[in-house]
Parts: sequence; C-alpha cells; structure tokens
Amino acid sequence: MSLTATQRRNAELGLGLLAVIITVGGYILVALSNGPSLPANIWFFLAVLIGLYVVAHLAVRRLAPRADGTLLPLAALLNGIGFVVITRIDRDARNQLAPSQAIWTMVGVAAFIGTLLLVRRVHLLERYRYTFLFLGLFALLAPLAPGLGREINGARLWVRLGPINFQPGELAKVFLVIFLAGYLVDKREVLAAGGRRILGLRVPAARHLGPLVLAWGFSLVVMIREKDLGSSLLFFAVFAVMLYIATERPAFLLAGAGMFVTGAAIGYAIFGHVQERVSVWANPWPVAGGNGYQIVQSLFSFGSGGFAGTGFGLGSPDKIPNASTDFIFAAIGEELGLLGTVAILIAFLLFVGAGFRIALQAQRPFPKLFAAGLTSIIGIQTFVILGGVTRLIPLTGVTLPFISYGGSSLIANFVILALLLRISDESAERAAAPSARAGALARR
Amino acid sequence: MNRAIRRVGIGVTVLVLLLVGQLTYLQVYDADHLANDPRNIRFQLRDFSKPRGRIVSADGQIVARSVETGDELKFQRLYPQGALFSQLAGYQSFVFGNTGIERTYNNELSGRDPLLQIRNIGDVLAGKETVGNVVLSTSASLQAAARDALGAQHGSVVVMNPKTGGVLAMYSNPSYDPQPFANHNSQAAQAYGKLLRANPDNPELPRAYRERFPPGSTFKVITSSVALGTGQFTPDTNFPTLTELKLPQTTNTLKNFGGESCGGTLANSFTVSCNTTFGQIGLDLGDSFVPGMEKFGIGSAPPLDVAPGAASSVGPPPGSFQQNQPLFAFAGIGQGDVAVTPLQMALAGSAVANNGQIMQPHVADRITDASDNTVKTIDPKPWRTAMSPQVAATMKTLMISVVQGGTGTAAQIPGVSVAGKTGTAQNQTGNAHAWFVGFAPAEDPQVVVAVLVEHGGSAGSEATGGRVAAPIAAQMMRMVLGR
Repeated sequence: MSLTATQRRNAELGLGLLAVIITVGGYILVALSNGPSLPANIWFFLAVLIGLYVVAHLAVRRLAPRADGTLLPLAALLNGIGFVVITRIDRDARNQLAPSQAIWTMVGVAAFIGTLLLVRRVHLLERYRYTFLFLGLFALLAPLAPGLGREINGARLWVRLGPINFQPGELAKVFLVIFLAGYLVDKREVLAAGGRRILGLRVPAARHLGPLVLAWGFSLVVMIREKDLGSSLLFFAVFAVMLYIATERPAFLLAGAGMFVTGAAIGYAIFGHVQERVSVWANPWPVAGGNGYQIVQSLFSFGSGGFAGTGFGLGSPDKIPNASTDFIFAAIGEELGLLGTVAILIAFLLFVGAGFRIALQAQRPFPKLFAAGLTSIIGIQTFVILGGVTRLIPLTGVTLPFISYGGSSLIANFVILALLLRISDESAERAAAPSARAGALARR
Repeated sequence: MNRAIRRVGIGVTVLVLLLVGQLTYLQVYDADHLANDPRNIRFQLRDFSKPRGRIVSADGQIVARSVETGDELKFQRLYPQGALFSQLAGYQSFVFGNTGIERTYNNELSGRDPLLQIRNIGDVLAGKETVGNVVLSTSASLQAAARDALGAQHGSVVVMNPKTGGVLAMYSNPSYDPQPFANHNSQAAQAYGKLLRANPDNPELPRAYRERFPPGSTFKVITSSVALGTGQFTPDTNFPTLTELKLPQTTNTLKNFGGESCGGTLANSFTVSCNTTFGQIGLDLGDSFVPGMEKFGIGSAPPLDVAPGAASSVGPPPGSFQQNQPLFAFAGIGQGDVAVTPLQMALAGSAVANNGQIMQPHVADRITDASDNTVKTIDPKPWRTAMSPQVAATMKTLMISVVQGGTGTAAQIPGVSVAGKTGTAQNQTGNAHAWFVGFAPAEDPQVVVAVLVEHGGSAGSEATGGRVAAPIAAQMMRMVLGR
C-alpha cells in the first residue's frame, strides 16, 4: 500500500476527468457527424457530467477515502461511452432512450453513494446472509407474480412499479453473491475436507452441500422459467467460481462444468428456445432472415466497422436489433472498429483486474470471497454478452455492464462498484491500523 | 483463497483474449466478406447515401444521373432516356437491386474502384465526391433510330463495331421505363415490377441479348464458314438443283422457300439462299458441324458487360448426328434445334467482317472521373476465332453478292459495298421472323448489324428478311457511316 489515501483520491479525480473528456469528445463527434454545429446543450451536458463525477468522487473521498482509485474512473469511462453510443443510436432509431439513461445514471450514482453510506462495514452483510438469500430469491421470483410481473421480448424479467419497469433479477445477483460469500466462508473447511467418496470424488456431507445445491438449483430453475438463459449461465458460472475460490479445489470447478454440460443438455432436450439458440449459433446463415437475423446483423456491423470503424455517427446502428441494450457492442464495433472494441475490452479487463486485486488484498475471508464474487459477475457477464454478439458462444441476452441501456442493470453495477470500493477501503484501513495501534502503544 | 483468485483472474484474461481473437477475425480477417454480403443492408445504403456517377451515351446524352432526395436514402437515380436505354443501362433499385450497367460498373459509378480513389485523392481533399462516370460506346441517336425503325413491331436491332466489339446500338421492342424501379417508395416500385411482369409481351426482357430465336437462313453464314473451314468445300462445289431435299431417317423433306427449285455452286446457293444445298451441307458435316458452331460462340454466353449478361445460343446436341440426322439438315438452314440471340448473329457477322475474329461485345467504352478525365478504357479483347482469314475473305465475297444481286438487295447503300445475309425463319408461334445480318463497307468494315423483326412485323406473312429487315439494317449502317 505504497499509495496514500490522498494520492489514490487525486489519481481517481484525474483519471475521472480523462473519462469525462473522452465522453464529451464522443458526444461532440456524434453531433458533428450530423451537421456542422455543436449540440445546443453541450455546456449543460458537460456541467452535468463533471458534476456527477465530482459528486461520486467526493462521496468516495468522504466515505471510503483509502479505496482503490481506478475503479470509479473505469466505470465512468464505460458508462460515458455507453451514453454517447445510446445518444447516437437514438438519432437514427428516433428513440428517446438517452434522456432516461441519463436519469438512470443519476439514480445509479445515488445508489452508489447510498450503498457507501449504508454499508459502512462489510461484515454487516455477512451477518445477514440468509436475509439476503431470501431477498435474492424474492427478487428472482417477483416477475413471476401475477399482476406484478411483465413479459418483454419473450422473457418475464420485469416488475412494474408505477410508471417504471424494473428488472429485480439484476439486484438478485448481488444479493445471492452476498449469501454465497457468507455461506461458503462459513462452511468452506467442511466443504473442502469433504465426507464420503463417490466415484473417486470426495463429496461433502449433504447437510453442508444441501443448502448450496438448493439455492443454486432454485435460482437456475426460476431463471430458466423466465427464459433468461443469459442470467442462468452467468449465475451458474459465478457460483462455480466462488465455490472453487472458497475451497481451492479444482474438482468443484470440474464438477460445475460437468453439471453445466448436463444441465445444458437437459435444457437442450426440453426447451425449444435452447435448441434454437444453439442451432442459430452453429450456423446462422441459412436463417439470416429469420431466427438468425439478430446475430447476422451483429456480425455485419462488426465486419462493416472493420479495423478503424466508420467513425461516430457514420454507421447504421439502427439496422441492428436491440442496439442500445444487448447488441450495443455491435454498434460500437461498427462505428469505432476493432480499435474501439479492443479499447473497451481493455477497460473491462482493467476493471476486473482491479476487482481481483481488491479481493487479493482483503485480509479476511468474507470480503475476499465477496470481492471475488462481485468481480466475477462483471467479468463473466461481459464475456457472456460479448461472446454472444460476436458468435464466440451461443447468444444469451444479458446487458453489457455500465454500457448497455437499462436502469436496473446500471443500478446493480453501481452497487457492485460501491461494494468493491467499500471492501478496498476497509482492507487499506486494516492494513494501516496495526501500525497506528503500534504507535499508540509506543506512546504509552 | 488467493491462489484460486489469481487463477480465476488468469481465466478471465484468457476469455478476454478469446474475445479479442474473435473480434480480430470479424473486423479484420472476415471484414470485407461481411461488409459486402448482399444481405448486409449497409451495402445498399452506402451506395444510396452518396451521389453516383453518370452514365453517358457515346454522343453525350445523359442516360443516368443522381439527384438528392429528402428521404433516408439520400440519392435517387434519374433516367432521362427512359425506355430507350433501360435494356443496357438497367437501373439502381432499392427493392430489386441493380441491373445492367448500373450493376456491372457499380464499383466505378459509386467511386469504389481503387483507380478512381487514387486519382481522386485531390478531390477528396477538396471535399468533392469520388465518383466515376461510365461513357458508353452506344449512341442515343442510333438507339432512337433503331427504336423508330422498329416502330410498333416487336424486334431487335444490334449495331456493333466489328473491330472492337463496341456496341453502337442495341435495342429491342418492347422496352420499359426504368424510372419507377428507382423509386424510393418500395411499394410503388414493387407495384410497377408486378405490372411489368403481368404484361404478356414481357417488356423487361431485353430480347436483343437474352431471348433466342430461330435464325433461319442468316445461319447459312455459319454453315458456309464451317463447311469452307473443313477444306472439303469451296465456293465452286456443286450441288444438285432440287425443290426439296430427301432426308434420312424420316419421310419428311426439306423444301426450298416458296417451293422454288435451286442449287448449283455453293456460292450461287448462298446468294439465292438455297435451302436444299445447305440442308445437304448440314448432313455432310454431320457431327463436325457442332464444334464448328461452337467456334462462333454457339453454346456459350457472349461476355457482354450488361448484368445479368447475355444468353447463350444453342445448336443441335454434340455427337447426336447418328440419332437424329434430319436435325443437322435443318441446322444447316438455321431451323430445328438452332436458336440464337440477335447479339449472337451480329457476332457471327462480325467474325466475317473482322477476318474471322470475334471481339468481346461491350456497351461501356470508358470510365471517367468527376472532372471527365478518362481513368480506364474498356480495351477490345478477342473472344472467339470463328474461322481463318482466308475463309473470312471468301465469306465476304459471298455476302457481298447477296446484297448486290441476291436476296438482300434492299440493304444496298449507294457508293458503299455492303455484305449481308437475309433470313426468313419459320417458328411455332406465328409468321416467319425476318432477319438480316450484314456489315459495311465490305473492304474495311466499320459496322456490323443484326436486325430481327419478329413474325415479320407489320408485313406479316408477306415478310421476308430481304424485304423487312434489310432496309432497317441499311438505315443503321448509313447512319454509322454518315452516308
């Protein structure tokens, strides 16, 4: 911990201003591609952007002063680029998503500050792990409740709260990771030591493994019922990764992979929509006008963008279905080219790297596992959607963290960010504490 | 737990590298393929979103140009020549795609040809659009003359330069106005396409190069050339004087036109278009007849630069002489299995005119840049060697005699030696087709013409190639030669 709290915060401020400059630059480029005049609201936009960042930064300075200084600027960069791309897509698709994304970003920053305020000590979360389990399960189930849930694009993931639709599943991921981290830290020794041997594999006793498998299976069944394959895949993977980290037994990872293959095969046999996804993935070209339309349009966007892209405002993102949400990376690929897509991947890699560094630096097991779990959400979710839109893996719809349009997703991501900063701050504080105590002793 | 966390970190890095690999594949390795897939709507949008070069006739008339529109597809094509050039220039349609010159030279017209981009780098810096214009070898005045000569009659006129393969005129009636196809309103364009396709006359079909007709006696140019090329026949080879030729394997006979009696030398038979002589030649040639035709390009599509290209012409199946000998007698007089496009007949005439060499037919002459400087010329290229120069010279004298004192006297031009061959081709759909194939001046051919008036046109059952088609050919040749 060579950096002092002040150094970290100053770096955070400086990097954040760079993210603001990139965002404003992109915003101006989008406007210029449409005509020779600057957007009328450019100063207002700049002021709001700087204001939002400074507010978030000051909150960290006050509430988590020793926290890692790179996560917030990276989130600001990704969020800013996402906003610019949504603005750009709005122009051709004649949507009005950008203003509401701006409001959601403000709500997200509020949630970020609120989380920092509420969660002053990470171990508080550990104590309420079963509460979070039920919160998580409730959030998952809510869309299935008649009258409350709403089905959009074939998936029943939304809950209507007055005028706004909310996807509680996004927050459920965070709640379930809190539970998992708490439960696994509690039981990791018995889980790792294992009980009986079955098929040459030491399987932990049913009373330890039971709740886990139950929670795991329940969440999966619910998500599959809601036809949310992306979240199922994401949650499955995060679960397996956390189990592996907690026990350090690769066998769990292998068992997870085995269960995934089995589950996927069963899903494939039972659900028509799973079969369809897989066959479209294997070869979308014969159904380019039908089921393969989305992925084929996505591939066309990447190809048309090429190495350097068409430039902001000069592509045709309105030809890509769901360009503001699941397929936003295809819109970026067309206009910013390979240079842009790889830059964004690097930003995600840095974010995930910082997250795992926070996990490594945490002294106690719960924050360590919790940070690793939260980071895995971002990393795996990014891979699931980007692998899907580039046809590396079958397409399953999840949002691209911080970039895609969507309030629930943004709020969940900002909460994850706040929790990572809280863990980071606490570890730095604990690392500093013994010497302070030693100093106090010496004075005595 | 730290070791496991590090491993998971490495795992995520590997996943990101996989994504970078896949992106590199999509955006670099496979990018051109994806960007130019016809299903990629950007491909069309790109072509519509910027101005496009003009198509200009050889005599400077604008055949196609772009105008800016207010809608999403920013530019639309205008075709001021309407039906006169639609069979050559084609159209650029958002609904139906591109055809004709608009398709063949799409890269040049849209400025995507590398030659244009390098030349026009100055224009790029000056903010000018890098588009190319296509200048045709076809002239609007000749097209109009062909249209007027045909009038209401269905038929085709093909006028070419035999030395270069440049198409000077190629028009067939009926034709169609391409303008509604360029309409950005896709419903209107679709309704127009439906209307045209419901028309029994099929005006969208460019008959001059995409429809096959029996060529009748004009095919004797090919029969004679093949016969002379074998060395077993000379112009002085004698044939019996007959009114009808008995055919093997059947009780049918092959009759002379109007039940006349004719024969004598091959030269005389050619001049008076004696069927019994050429039916006999067809039988004598047997299976060697088909490879001889193929040297003229029968059986393959001439490489015309008008998408979707010219149709191929057909003769009897190769090696089928023993199964069906009468078919070869009929092929000798351009009947039976023989069916050709008017373009193919013009090419056959050009073989005689150009010392046996058939040049590739082309409608475009050159590509010019935005400042009208030529960036590319469509160079003459040989297509087929139909006969030796010696045979071509002999054929020329035979064809001159047809116009001087045979069936083709109506093609005479005062002061110019014209070579030609008439044809009156029976068919199953009505009166005989009137044909004429010829070129002038015979000593240094500048123009070759093929004229087809379907079912004899307004002359009906009275029509012959000499009476109906030859005068149109003469008029076209006079215009080209300025006589």
